[in-house]
Amino acid sequence: MLHYLDAKRPAPQPTRRTFLKLSAGALGGLLIGAVIPQKGLADTASGALATPFVHITPDNRVIVLSKHLDKGQGTATGLATLVAEELDAAADQVEVEFAPSNPELYKNFLFGLQGTGGSTAMANSFDQYRQAGAVVRAMIVAAAASEWGVPTGDITITNGVVSGGGNLATLGELSALAAAQEPPAEVTLKSPEDWVYIGKGFPRVELPMKTRGSVGLFGMDAQPEGGLVAVTARPPRFGATLASVDATAALALDGVEAVLEIPQGVVVVATNTWTAMQGREALVLDWVAGSGETRGTDALLDEFRAALDAPGLPSHPRGDASAKLAQAAQVIEAEYVFPYLAHAPMEPLDMTVLYDGQSATFWGGSQIQTLDHGTAAAVLGLDFPQITINTRWGGGSFGRRATPDGHLAAETAMIGKAWLDAGNAARPIKLVYSREDDIRGGYYRPMAVHRVRAGLDAEGNISGWEHRIVSQSIFTGTSFESFVVQDGVDHSTVEGISDTTYAIPDMHVDVHHPKVGVPTLWWRSVGHTHTAYVMETMMDELAVAAGRDPVEFRLAHLAEDARLAGVLHLAAEKAGPTGPEGTHRGIAVHKSFNSYVAEIADVRIRDDGTVKVEKVTCGVDCGVPINPDNINAQIEGGLGYGLSAILREEITMVDGEVAQWNYPDYTPLRIADMPEVEVHIVRSDAAPTGIGEPGTPPIGPAVANAVFRATGTRVRELPFTRHGLA
Amino acid sequence: MQLTINGEPREIDANPDMPLLWVLRDELKMTGTKFGCGVASCGACTVHINGEATRSCQALIGDLEGATVTTIEAIDTPAARAIQTAWVELQVPQCGYCQSGQIMSASALLTETPKPTDDDIDAAMEGNLCRCATYARIRRAIHRAAEIMEA
Repeated sequence: MLHYLDAKRPAPQPTRRTFLKLSAGALGGLLIGAVIPQKGLADTASGALATPFVHITPDNRVIVLSKHLDKGQGTATGLATLVAEELDAAADQVEVEFAPSNPELYKNFLFGLQGTGGSTAMANSFDQYRQAGAVVRAMIVAAAASEWGVPTGDITITNGVVSGGGNLATLGELSALAAAQEPPAEVTLKSPEDWVYIGKGFPRVELPMKTRGSVGLFGMDAQPEGGLVAVTARPPRFGATLASVDATAALALDGVEAVLEIPQGVVVVATNTWTAMQGREALVLDWVAGSGETRGTDALLDEFRAALDAPGLPSHPRGDASAKLAQAAQVIEAEYVFPYLAHAPMEPLDMTVLYDGQSATFWGGSQIQTLDHGTAAAVLGLDFPQITINTRWGGGSFGRRATPDGHLAAETAMIGKAWLDAGNAARPIKLVYSREDDIRGGYYRPMAVHRVRAGLDAEGNISGWEHRIVSQSIFTGTSFESFVVQDGVDHSTVEGISDTTYAIPDMHVDVHHPKVGVPTLWWRSVGHTHTAYVMETMMDELAVAAGRDPVEFRLAHLAEDARLAGVLHLAAEKAGPTGPEGTHRGIAVHKSFNSYVAEIADVRIRDDGTVKVEKVTCGVDCGVPINPDNINAQIEGGLGYGLSAILREEITMVDGEVAQWNYPDYTPLRIADMPEVEVHIVRSDAAPTGIGEPGTPPIGPAVANAVFRATGTRVRELPFTRHGLA
Repeated sequence: MQLTINGEPREIDANPDMPLLWVLRDELKMTGTKFGCGVASCGACTVHINGEATRSCQALIGDLEGATVTTIEAIDTPAARAIQTAWVELQVPQCGYCQSGQIMSASALLTETPKPTDDDIDAAMEGNLCRCATYARIRRAIHRAAEIMEA
């Protein structure tokens, strides 16, 4: 998500007043001012060297303050790697904590506010966190030189040990002295040939915790003293309004402390989670008949399909596609249907608040801290400094914890306020989503319908391309709209198509953005989740129609994109001529989040006709590979997430009510369906780019293309369960 | 109810219909066991009850009189130690939220079947969801843990 942003456009404005002084033009620069400790920041009492991004404690720990949320994608370790590299710290002395909410210090340069997403963390922080490490290194060196009476040029640091003039010390032993040093005015970063961690490896900092229960780690695990738990009964249809509630039975339950009405629904507050859920079951709720979105997905699909017949808003039209198609030797026409998808991270949504009327503290996996912070301030009528956000590790997100409307923070704040307004003493309250709340709660990957007409000339090359998409806009009406929506077209709907680097000089892409009362949101790789599927299955159909090899056909159209061609070459070479015995092969290659990924899927059809993906061979170019093993992990997980969606995931609605409830009927990938994955990384020296999302888009079309080889069927309506393939 | 949790005798004063999951998390403040679905469909809440991998969201505390419960906070069998070592060695977890349950299920598998086949792993781990799709590493790490135990 959010990868469209360029700093020349205005920063998105938070929801309340001018608590931010957003500086434009900060994109990617070496902002040494942002990492140098101010006078007095060094913690002389504890003897720690404390800068905004790195603390070194007397007990020899190096604590990196992560401005990004880590929800599994490895960002915390990535930032630790960058600091450790320049500081020459030992890997096992480095820890990560999440930075406080402070957009002045911790903004994502690509967003203009503090937030994580769009696979931007390493791209945004590569210079900043290396520089942060170099600053503390310089202060340690200055301290050692002063203490030992040797020139700074004679001081070296290796694996966390400082030496010079025959003296040795740990970083921790020098932290207090270092804190008294003048911060350097400028620093020189290491040359890539001197890197000891970047491009080589750095163990994930939090894995010892995550193999021992992650005790207290996640937002769901926040249990401040005296805390209560809240669950909300929300409308059965999106936007439906409450007519009446009878809470008598709920309030009679031992442990139910209050039933509160807030705009989002009816909240049961109890002493524990189970009792809160029991209390919610006991509510007697009456919703206004006919209120909210009452259309089902079948009706919506009919409307979307009807819209395909009328011209939409154009996106970067070029050449004369219509004329070229009229002259084409062959024309292939196809329609595709993609369902709504839920993110369904393993940790359901949650957030905890302690509000006393004067100030508020929040705990949770906040992914866009500045928007959550601003939303909470607006709801509670507080100023920015009166609110503290304690960011917790996220138990998955895939986009779900980054909400432009800050709806989770808003609901949590509303509960805190309603609790206090009801005359209760301030207590921490944790809002918990059940899995049903999560699956049925909206903020889905939008449903999408595509119609494509693509032509081949007499030589078997693409001659013209017409493409119409009907899908809700994700960004319209959000604080990010000005970045992403231009002339009515939400770029996230057409990304990967109208900006394709395949040589298609005559191309016309247009879109309709129907208004539907179902909230939508970016879902791991956003529009690429459907656009890559269409582009790469169409490329396969065209190659077949032209009688050409699918790799050769793509390469012939990629003369202008050496990096995309490069990963396709790499994957094809590594995959070899054929897959395991009895398998059929499909290929896809796609650029997203400025990274390039090719995936070659070897697929077997089981005796019952279902698909088993046996092996996926990947080629990846994401610039400088900071942590190669984490790149492997993100490609494995990213394609697993995409495979899960195309096989079995869909959210449907009947008369506006979501038909799915929980994992038994919204069915993610399980272990038996996970393929073997082999990842090959291009050893690039280009600036690092995204890795959390780019593994997801190519897997669907790669598998679909293999299924065509195996069965002759083109799957154009997802998921595969609709065709007996899963 | 009286039962043994992580080796300690505990007297639990709770509604007998409350699932063990919420007794652990909310009453005993033991947050290692995770809530994922509440319907025994994801495995995040897996604990060992009398040595068997069990979904604690469906185990009512009123039915557990005299039971022996082990959670991720305290599991220390040879199989669990090998699993935890292999999990770090192969860098299995991503978000980590499901991993308490994965480790409890994998530990029970290895205790029962020291050299599991891929089919054994599929059967034992099918009930444990991972949205980060760390499954390929889970499979390799279980095989690796079997090697560690054998050594």
